[in-house]
Amino acid sequence: MYKILKAEKLNEIVYLMVVDAPRVAKHCEPGQFVIVKKDDAGERIPLTICDYDREAGTVTIVFQPVGASTEKFAKMQTGDFFEDFVGPLGCPSEFVNEDLEELKKEKLLFVAGGVGTAPVYPQVKWLHEHGIDADVIVGAKTKDLIILEKEMEEVAGNLYITTDDGTYGRHGMVTKVIEDLTAEGKTYTKCVAIGPMIMMKFCCLTTKKLNLPTIVSMNPVMVDGTGMCGACRVIVGGEVKFACVDGPEFDGHLIDWDLAMKRQQMYKTEEGRALLKLREGDTHHGGCGNCGGDE
Amino acid sequence: MGDVLKKVPVREQDPKVRATNFEEVCYGYNKEEAMEEAARCLTCKNAKCVKGCPVNIDIPGFIKEVKEGNFEEAFKVIGQSSALPAVCGRVCPQETQCEGLCIRGIKGEPVSIGKLERFVADWAKENGIKPEPPKEKNGHKVAVIGAGPAGLTCAGDLAKMGYDVTIFEALHQPGGVLVYGIPEFRLPKDKVVKMEVENVKALGVKIETNVIIGKSTTIDELMEKEGFEAVFIGSGAGLPMFMGIPGEISNGVFSANEYLTRSNLMKAFRDDHDTPIKMGKKVAVVGGGNVAMDAARTALRLGAEVHIVYRRSEAELPARAEEVHHAKEEGIIFDLLCNPTEILADENGWVRGMKCVRMELGEPDASGRRRPVEIPGSEFEMELDTVIMSLGTSPNPLISSTTIGLDTNKRKCIIADEENGKTTKDGVYAGGDAVTGAATVILAMGAGKSAAQGIDEFIKGKNN
Repeated sequence: MYKILKAEKLNEIVYLMVVDAPRVAKHCEPGQFVIVKKDDAGERIPLTICDYDREAGTVTIVFQPVGASTEKFAKMQTGDFFEDFVGPLGCPSEFVNEDLEELKKEKLLFVAGGVGTAPVYPQVKWLHEHGIDADVIVGAKTKDLIILEKEMEEVAGNLYITTDDGTYGRHGMVTKVIEDLTAEGKTYTKCVAIGPMIMMKFCCLTTKKLNLPTIVSMNPVMVDGTGMCGACRVIVGGEVKFACVDGPEFDGHLIDWDLAMKRQQMYKTEEGRALLKLREGDTHHGGCGNCGGDE
Repeated sequence: MGDVLKKVPVREQDPKVRATNFEEVCYGYNKEEAMEEAARCLTCKNAKCVKGCPVNIDIPGFIKEVKEGNFEEAFKVIGQSSALPAVCGRVCPQETQCEGLCIRGIKGEPVSIGKLERFVADWAKENGIKPEPPKEKNGHKVAVIGAGPAGLTCAGDLAKMGYDVTIFEALHQPGGVLVYGIPEFRLPKDKVVKMEVENVKALGVKIETNVIIGKSTTIDELMEKEGFEAVFIGSGAGLPMFMGIPGEISNGVFSANEYLTRSNLMKAFRDDHDTPIKMGKKVAVVGGGNVAMDAARTALRLGAEVHIVYRRSEAELPARAEEVHHAKEEGIIFDLLCNPTEILADENGWVRGMKCVRMELGEPDASGRRRPVEIPGSEFEMELDTVIMSLGTSPNPLISSTTIGLDTNKRKCIIADEENGKTTKDGVYAGGDAVTGAATVILAMGAGKSAAQGIDEFIKGKNN
């Protein structure tokens, strides 16, 4: 059992929890994730690691409920327990194992979309702790959906906030900020973009034009998270990869986005859900963590 | 008394009824049936059946006790060699092992050793008989990676010798392939697997779930920082293979591992569990092994029309005859000598069909089986909404890639001595599918047993 030491609502739709998980805390690195299961009948849900404290043995997770299982997580309080909390899963971000001196020569740009700010944070923090200040763009639909602004400010070089509706920071999508920054004379050697799939796809289209190598983090459907099921297949550079063990981070310019989105759409969009229900009736009885099931 | 040349028949659920539920297919023997079947055993002095058993159970010994109605004694005899009799009685390929060598089998049918073993284990459970706890602890710590058949056996044997054993399991439940792979209707999870795991725990073995060695911690850390003197790797062969044909990433194409894990481990077939599973209307399972049969019979129970698509003929099906027989009885359609070449998807990326080509058998290949060759111009399309790939599995590289000095062969299998499980790294032993590639439960148990001996010798040698 894994105790929730702190449960906090970051805004109307995003939740943060600090969980007691010493083995995970001791070994996790930026870029990795965990799988969380609430109780015996629960589903295994992959979630982002937002922060970790090796000494205290805690891991911070941030999530936005999108299905029956994550809705259940959202109702959990400080002092409650997750039955299962396993990780760290996936590979650490590439830079973690790079030569630090080489890394210092890079000019890094992070692009975070919505709840994607959570997995970006530990990466920027790690770099900051190693003497590297990366620029960060954080985007959201509207002011209230911007998360972790203060935390990010403390570890980022320049922080650029943008909202789709212009209620806070710059006005427009993150892709526009990438273009604007370039026009303002900023140059970057590498970009890391994490957020909704559609945002990552368009970031990649933009950075491709700018010839800016871009890493993205995929979060497809998963069951075990250790390479056993193959549900998380993505096509990268024409090859089949398992996001759970080969990723979750990949070269965004090599991802077959249309296929990836088709795979995800089936579980994540309104139409997909309706289609699933139509095709499968009540067997798709919710809780896949991605679709909301019959709700 | 029936015909002494024939096995006492075992009662089974009616095929038409069981095709719609997940209850166990075979009911097993009752007391009277078991004693009658046991009486067929000739109690051979130099019993061949024992040589056919990978863990060398004293088969005539336990059957003699059954014959006389001493079921508790029979359980003790089996317990000397096997930690998982309720499992083995159900899933061992007895026809090629113990029963295959039974003298009774020369003239008639062999003694139904598997069903007798199952009876004894089930009887012990119903009567609350637990294996005997170990004598004194010797204070030496051993780590076992993976709570599947190899790991549970190795841990049980070491605990009996007095070792302080901890099993580290990656999933949230112990059992390995017994919980994620083999379906409920062949191996009931609560009644059988959980009970066997409890029996191993009763020997003093600790099980820590949710620990992925290679991620949550490493073998080197276990040995250097957590005080484990030796490690046994029984991490299985968990990585699914795909064909590499076009369209294989379409929605509705699953590995058998995914399909079975959803149904077995996550209990997606039950409405009171959250994990979903796709219930196809027309399903093709590609492959002909036991796992293919399990996936096909699961899809059938979820309400689909199910086809087994296999590129060789019936004689070459790698699945056990009993499984093929059960599958056919339940209405699985066998499309043999047939090989998929492409998966066809609709505009939303969902499977709508599969292109196949007819095959014929040519000359024998390296495996000794006749090689299937395509018949030119025989391409055709099957209309489907789900495809389950059951082409075998390979060992997970998570451990070998994070353990310095642990060598693997070109199939990613850990190199280990067959005699004692010794690997290329000092103090580290391995066995089961992680070493051999996908094989059977009982072979993995045999390897776990040998490794327990190897580890015991290693630790004794070190401390002398």
